[in-house]
Amino acid sequence: MGAGRLYAAVAAGGFRRYATYRAATAAGVFTNTVFGLILVYTYLALWDVRPHLGGYDRAQAVTYVWLGQALLSTLAIGGGGVEDELMERIRTGDIAVDLYRPADLQLWWLAADVGRAMFQMLGRGVVPFLFGALFFPVALPTDPVTWAAFVGTVLSAMLVSFALRFLVALSAFWLLDGTGMVQMASLAGIFCSGMLLPLNVFPGALGEVVRVLPWSSLLQAPADVLLGRADPLGTYAFQLAWAVALLALGRLLQTLATRRVVVQGG
Amino acid sequence: MGGSRDRTDGGDSRTDGCGAAGSGSGGSRPVDGRGTGGNRPAGGPGSGGSRVADGLRAYRLIAGMWLRSTMAYRASFIMTTIGNFAVTALDFVAILLMFSRVDALGGYTLPEIAFLYGLSGVSFGLADLAIGSMDRLGRRVRDGTLDTLLVRPAPVLAQIAADRFALRRLGRVTQGALVLGYAFATLDVHWTALKVLLVPVMVVSGWAIFCAVFVAGAAFQFAAQDASEVQNAFTYGGTTLLQYPPTVFAKELVRGVTFVLPLAFVNWLPATYVLGRPYPLGLPRWTAFASPLVAAVCCALAGLAWRAGLRSYRSTGS
Repeated sequence: MGAGRLYAAVAAGGFRRYATYRAATAAGVFTNTVFGLILVYTYLALWDVRPHLGGYDRAQAVTYVWLGQALLSTLAIGGGGVEDELMERIRTGDIAVDLYRPADLQLWWLAADVGRAMFQMLGRGVVPFLFGALFFPVALPTDPVTWAAFVGTVLSAMLVSFALRFLVALSAFWLLDGTGMVQMASLAGIFCSGMLLPLNVFPGALGEVVRVLPWSSLLQAPADVLLGRADPLGTYAFQLAWAVALLALGRLLQTLATRRVVVQGG
Repeated sequence: MGGSRDRTDGGDSRTDGCGAAGSGSGGSRPVDGRGTGGNRPAGGPGSGGSRVADGLRAYRLIAGMWLRSTMAYRASFIMTTIGNFAVTALDFVAILLMFSRVDALGGYTLPEIAFLYGLSGVSFGLADLAIGSMDRLGRRVRDGTLDTLLVRPAPVLAQIAADRFALRRLGRVTQGALVLGYAFATLDVHWTALKVLLVPVMVVSGWAIFCAVFVAGAAFQFAAQDASEVQNAFTYGGTTLLQYPPTVFAKELVRGVTFVLPLAFVNWLPATYVLGRPYPLGLPRWTAFASPLVAAVCCALAGLAWRAGLRSYRSTGS
């Protein structure tokens, strides 16, 4: 009970922290809208040639683009969540202070990242999506159950996204400078999440492989539920299975890493 | 994609830690420690020619300093250059994935799009390499470190342009050049002397136009500060736009980037001439050769914007 309130406070703090920079948020909204505009025309050109590519029609492809722009910063698909700060704390040794706190390291940062994601979704994601829905033909569900199921997939995606980036951040315990890891994680995130192109458009075996990797939980899974092409329950099972596995791995690494810090004397 | 500058330049903040030379007082040594530059009044009137020479010299010295600082961490340099290459290459991977399903996009074949992509990538990459760190200006205004640059006896524009010069950005240029090479090898174009000549003209003019966008963006940051990400819509967004043929986009958008923000002169207009394709707006043929002129006008306007921005600057005062 008490612990629940602590992490809720951390999450609220994460939300408020990102909400402080209003001009930066407005700039982000503008940039996401411009990129969405560019992408949507390239997708439309693609679907003009192949009208039912990947099983999507034109309106569904358009919806996919704007959903991608809405979720890009929300789920930190290309990086840029709390992991940057966590890595910096590991590098400078400030992490020792975090470990002294009467709170769990992983849950603390998860709460902070969920707060960040919530703000990014409301502050940065909703407007480009509305812009897209207003000016382009989109395919949105009319029934509230689908919308609720979609919100559920985005929440689960937040867990998977954090679990992946927490692993990246922990690598700093061994590497100190995590630039290389961050870059690789960013590449994997953009490519395997469907940010580049919907995964069902990927050719042959490549398409099959990327669909079972954890990154497909980030964009492809919520998109398929929103577009009514996937069963929400199966999608949750897939996402949560990855979230549990990756969070458990993170916990294991965290135990190994913190032992290491103690050995070094912090 | 989308807001993709995050991934493209993620290295910047992290390299801060290893920028041994720092951008504070220690960093100023190569510039004003030589004595000769130190005698000139800062921002003094001076003749136009000598100011440009001054600026170039300051740029060379500061960029050289950052280069030495980068080379102190050679493994990190190699890794981030490869990363820069790979991140940029993702955009082309997207195009290849599209072409695994179709034979033409907007009526253009893969070699034709590779031609547009390569030109956009090389000219933007060179501008990014030369002055890409200018988008840090907002941060300097916010934390007050811009004042340090103002009291140094070298043009501020040159100092801010060379600030954190990052050779790893060659990764982007290399990637663009490789795609351009692929385009040359596979394009089915009847090359005339004029068309061959137009290629280097496009690269240089495109470089200048993108440089102008960077400078204008930096000038805008005097006012915007926190909103520096807006600039990415025009720089990274611009180069992404130009990777695709103009036929893909709505007429209004094409009009906008032809007449308002003339990015179309980087590659679209000259390249459609080289490829023997009509430009969607039906502009007269000579516009294909107008890129150098447009680039010159852009640079002049960006210079004016920069001056206005710098004049309006009020220090945080602490």
